[in-house]
Amino acid sequence: MAALLAAPAAKAGLLFPEAGGSPNADSIKTLYIMVFILALFIFVGVEATLLWALFRFKAKKGRTAAQIHGNTKLEVGWTVGAFLILIFITFFTFIKLGDIKDPKPSLIDENGNQVAQTDMVQYAATNQSVPDGPSMTIEVNGQQYVWRYLYPGQDQLLTYTDMVVPVGMTVLLDITADDVVHSWWIPKLGGKMDAVPGYTNKLWFRIPPDAIPEGQKQVVFEGQCAELCGRNHANMYGRVIGMRMADYKKWYADKVQQLKTAETNVAEQQKKLTDNQQSAEGGE
Amino acid sequence: MSDQTHTLGRPQIIARAVDNPDKTRGWASWFTTTDHKKIGIMYLATVLVFFILGGVEALLIRTQLAVPDNTLLTPERYNQILTMHGTTMIFLVVVPVWAGFANYLLPLMIGARDVAFPRLNAWSYWMYLFGGLALYGSMLYSPPEAGWFSYVPLSLKQYSGTNGQEAWIYMVHLTGLASILGAINFIATIHNMRAPGMGWGRMPLFVWTILIYAYLIIVALTSLAATVTMLLLDRNFGTGFFDPAQGGSALLWQHLFWFFGHPEVYILVLPAFGVFSEILPVFARKPIFGYKAIAAATVGIAFLGMLVWAHHMFATPMSTTVLAFFMLMSFVIAVPTGVKIFNWIATLWRGTVEWTTALLYCVGGIATFTMGGITGIFLAVFPIDWQLTDTYFVVAHFHYTAFGASAFAMVAALYFWWPKMTGRMLSEKVGKLGFALMFIGFHMTFLIQHSAGLSGMPRRIYEYSESDWTVYNFISTIGSFMIALSVAVTVAGVVWSLKRGAIAGPDPWKANTLEWFTPSPPPENNFDVVPRVRSVEPMKDIRREIEQRTKTEQRYKSGQPLMR
Repeated sequence: MAALLAAPAAKAGLLFPEAGGSPNADSIKTLYIMVFILALFIFVGVEATLLWALFRFKAKKGRTAAQIHGNTKLEVGWTVGAFLILIFITFFTFIKLGDIKDPKPSLIDENGNQVAQTDMVQYAATNQSVPDGPSMTIEVNGQQYVWRYLYPGQDQLLTYTDMVVPVGMTVLLDITADDVVHSWWIPKLGGKMDAVPGYTNKLWFRIPPDAIPEGQKQVVFEGQCAELCGRNHANMYGRVIGMRMADYKKWYADKVQQLKTAETNVAEQQKKLTDNQQSAEGGE
Repeated sequence: MSDQTHTLGRPQIIARAVDNPDKTRGWASWFTTTDHKKIGIMYLATVLVFFILGGVEALLIRTQLAVPDNTLLTPERYNQILTMHGTTMIFLVVVPVWAGFANYLLPLMIGARDVAFPRLNAWSYWMYLFGGLALYGSMLYSPPEAGWFSYVPLSLKQYSGTNGQEAWIYMVHLTGLASILGAINFIATIHNMRAPGMGWGRMPLFVWTILIYAYLIIVALTSLAATVTMLLLDRNFGTGFFDPAQGGSALLWQHLFWFFGHPEVYILVLPAFGVFSEILPVFARKPIFGYKAIAAATVGIAFLGMLVWAHHMFATPMSTTVLAFFMLMSFVIAVPTGVKIFNWIATLWRGTVEWTTALLYCVGGIATFTMGGITGIFLAVFPIDWQLTDTYFVVAHFHYTAFGASAFAMVAALYFWWPKMTGRMLSEKVGKLGFALMFIGFHMTFLIQHSAGLSGMPRRIYEYSESDWTVYNFISTIGSFMIALSVAVTVAGVVWSLKRGAIAGPDPWKANTLEWFTPSPPPENNFDVVPRVRSVEPMKDIRREIEQRTKTEQRYKSGQPLMR
C-alpha cells in the first residue's frame, strides 16, 4: 500500500498541469504555479486557524465562552485583504495572458532555417492575433468519434487522429465540429478549446525543436476529446507528431503521393468494373 | 414581567382546525396532510431514497473506473449512469433536502404556525416526488445519457434518439415547478409571519439563507423551465433553437443552461452555510461572529452568483473581454465567501467548543469547502481553466464544494435537528464513527482526482488505458466505498434511534432559536403562544427570563459548555 501511495509522487501531473510541448503550455504552468504558491499559503493559514480553534478552545468544565458579537475593524480588514489578494492574481493573469493567448512567431521559416527572434511585447487581443513571419494553419474538425485535420496547401490533404507538424513552426488551429460539441486537448501543448458546430474556435502551439529526442525522427504528444460527445467519447483520441522540417516535407509529399496513387488505383478499378460490365452487356 | 413574555396582541395565522385524530395520525394522513412538519419529513425521507440511488450510481461509476480497460459497464450504460447520478444528486437530493429542512424548521424558527400556503406546500412535495418518478421511470426503457447539463446538439433527437431525454425534461419541469412554488411559499412566510419583535436583524441565519435560496430559485428555475421547453420543442416539434443545421445555436443552450446552473450552485450551498451559521454558535456557546456580515455576504453571493455563469464555458469561442469579465466576477464572489469562512472560524475562537457530531460535520464541511473554494480560484483564472476544465480536476472541485458544504451540512443538520423532529437523540458514538469514515473517505475519493485531472484525464470517460491514472483511480474508488460505509452507519443509527434513542426533551442542546421552545416533536400548529423576540438568540432570553421569574438558578449556564 505504501508503494502504491508513493508511486505517483514521482509523476509530473501530481500537483502541476502538463507542459513542455509549447510555450503557451509552459506559460499556463507558470501562472498555475504562481496561483498555487499563493493558494498554498491561504489554504494552510485558514485550515490551521480552523483546526487550532477546534482543538485549543475545546469545551472543558469551568471554561466560559467569550461573548463577542463581532469586530468591525477585523472584519473590514479581512474583506479588504481578500480583495487585495485577488487583485494581485488578476494582475499576474493579465501579465501572462499575452504569452498564452497570442501565437508566438515561428522559430523557423518555410524551408526549416532558423529565424532571428525579437523580444517583443505582446498584448492580449480580442481575437487571435497573427504572428509575425511564417506560420501554418490547420483546420481541426471534430466528428463522432474522430478528429480530422485539413492541412494548408493546394493538395487539400486530410488526415485523421494523427496530426503531423514541423517542430519550431507556429501552428494555428481553426477548431470546428460537424455534429456535436467536442473539445480539442493535447495537455502538453496547452489548454483545450471546444469544437462547437457552427463556430470556429482558435488555438495555437509551437513545438520546440529540441523536443525531438536525439537520434529520433519525431516527438509524439497525446490527448483525447474532453467534452462528452456520445458513447465512444472515451475513445476519441488525438495525437500531434512533431518532425523536423525536412522530414515533415518528405512525410507530406509521401502522403500526397500515396493518396494520388490510391485515387488512381480506385479510378482504374472503377474503370475496369465499368468496362467489364459494358463488355458483359455487349456480349449478351 | 410575564405579560411581556407572552404577547397575544398580534393576529395569529389560523391553521385549519383539527378535531378528528384519525385524520392526523394513521397512514392516510401522510397523503392528505398540509402540516409543514409532515411535509418536511416526507421531503427528507424521499431525499434519502434518491440519495441512496444516486450513491449507488456513484459507486458503479467508481467501480467501472477502479481498473483500466474495465468492461463492467458498456459505454451506453456508463453514460446513462453518469447522467442519472448528476441529475439525481442536484435536482432530487440537494435542492429538495433544503426544501425539506426549510419546510420543517422555517415556521418553527420564526415562530409561525405553518407556512403561508399549506396546500400549495403539499402540492410542491407531490410534484417533486412525481418529477423524480418520471426520471426513474425511464430506467424501465432507456435513461437519458447526455450528462446532467445535456449539452446540445448531443441531447437533440439526432444524437439522443431515446425518450430518456424527454423523461429528463419532464423531471426538470415537475421538480422545477415544485421548487418555484415552494420558494414563493417560503418568501411569503418569511416576509409576513415572523414572531413579534423578529425584525430582519433578528432573523436566524438559516432563515436568511432560505430566503435568498428562494429568491435565487425564482430567478434560476424559471429560466431553466424556458430553456428545457425549447429543447422539448426542438426534439419533438421541429423548431431549431439549438440545431446549427437549421440556423440555431449550440452555444445558446450553454449560456441559458449555465444562467440557471451557476445560481443553482448557490441554491445548493447557501442553506448549507445557514446550517453552519446556526450550529457553530450553539456548540461554541458563543454568539455568531459578525451576524450582519454573514447575512450581507449571503445577499452578495446570491447577486454575484447571477453574473458568473460563463466561467463554465471558458473553452468555448468567446472574446477575451468576455472571458476577463467572467473571471473578475468569479474572483469577486470569492470575497463574501471568504468572509463567511473567517466569521465561522471567529465564532469558534475563544468559545468552549463541544465536539458533538453535528459540530464535527460542520467543521469538516467548512474545512472541505475551503479547499473547494481555493481550487475555484484556479478555475476562475481562464488561461488555467483551459488546462483544467472538463477534467477530473473540475470533478474534484465541485465535489469539494457541493459535497463538502452541502452533504456535510445535510448530515450536520440531521444530527442537530433529529431530536426536534422525532423526540429522540441519535447516538453520538455512531455519529462520530460515521463522521470519521465520511471525512477520510471523502478526501481519499476526491483529493487524488485533482492529480488525475492535472495529468490529463478528462471527465466522463468510461474507460482508460494503463497509465498514471490507474493508481489515482484505484485510490479514489476505495475512498468512495468508505463514504458508502459512512452512509450505511448513519442510516443504521437513524433506524436504531427511532425505536431506542434517548428521549430528547424540548431543548437537548440548549440552543438559541425558537424551534427549541416547543415540545419535541412539536404538535400540529407548533406554538400555543408565540414569545416576543428580542435578539438573534431568543432562547437565551427566554432561559434568562425563566430564571428571573422563578428565582431559581438553572442547571445550564449560558456561555458554558453543556456537560453530559
